[in-house]
Amino acid sequence: MSDVAARVKKIVVEHLGVEEDKVVENASFIDDLGADSLDTVELVMAFEEEFGIEIPDDAAETIQSFGDAVKFISEAA
Amino acid sequence: MFDLTGKSALVTGASGGIGGEIAKALHAAGANVGLSGTRVEPLEALAAELGERAFVLPCNLGDADAVKELPKQAIEAMGGLDILVNNAGITKDQIFMRMSDEEWQQVIDVNLTSAMRLCRAVMRPMMKARWGRIINISSVVGATGNAGQVNYAASKAGMVGMTKSIAYEVASRGITANAVAPGFIATAMTDKLNDDQKEAINKQIPASRMGSPAEIAAAVLYLASDEAGYVTGSTLHVNGGMAML
Repeated sequence: MSDVAARVKKIVVEHLGVEEDKVVENASFIDDLGADSLDTVELVMAFEEEFGIEIPDDAAETIQSFGDAVKFISEAA
Repeated sequence: MFDLTGKSALVTGASGGIGGEIAKALHAAGANVGLSGTRVEPLEALAAELGERAFVLPCNLGDADAVKELPKQAIEAMGGLDILVNNAGITKDQIFMRMSDEEWQQVIDVNLTSAMRLCRAVMRPMMKARWGRIINISSVVGATGNAGQVNYAASKAGMVGMTKSIAYEVASRGITANAVAPGFIATAMTDKLNDDQKEAINKQIPASRMGSPAEIAAAVLYLASDEAGYVTGSTLHVNGGMAML
């Protein structure tokens, strides 16, 4: 697993309180990991802080799954 | 009783009678206070009176860019932003048939839209802190309506709906959003009324008097406190019984 993926996974596990093995490529934050819409905003805020990037609102809306987040951050960071 | 030591509060309209008193009450409870308003002189006089932990942050709330910058300036000055008091408001009274689009829009922009923008801007720091207090100063006329104040009453009723909706969204994050709805409050504005006018007003009020700015400030202080953590989405009416809502 890439460094980015490991760091993203750590944030997701901590924030949503889910088991690490549930956080897989296609895991949807809302449908699979129990996040509500406010959680997804907070996850994006946490990603921004962790990676020192800015994720604009329209991009944030496309980040629905763990895989989406890793892909977006890998390209942006 | 209410201790706000270490908390930072931004008060808009702090150059006015009610806003100034709100700032004083929060400051007396130990908070850092950011004093915002359009008139710099009264803000500086108030800051001088308060001494430490008071910061002057002038802002024209009709200017969207300036509104965007205000929370950033407040955080820079105070090191955080835990309490937002949207107190600033204007009136452009006119009988409805003669009310222009401009009179409507200016009141909505300053009273409602700028309050919305400030609420939105403070969400992020409050969500991170898992603590926040939003207190929007509405008005009794937002609930009762008032002749000549279609624009003002709409803006103040709008604040209540906005406050409740924000309260729903962020209650789970330790952030409360409430409104305070003053009735007739004795300020520089009501000083201009003659005795007959004042008497006519007092007749409508079971308490037979106008309220004081300090009585509004006390309501705000309560809603800003830790003790009010379970109060959210409510409107606290402070009106001497004029409208029992």
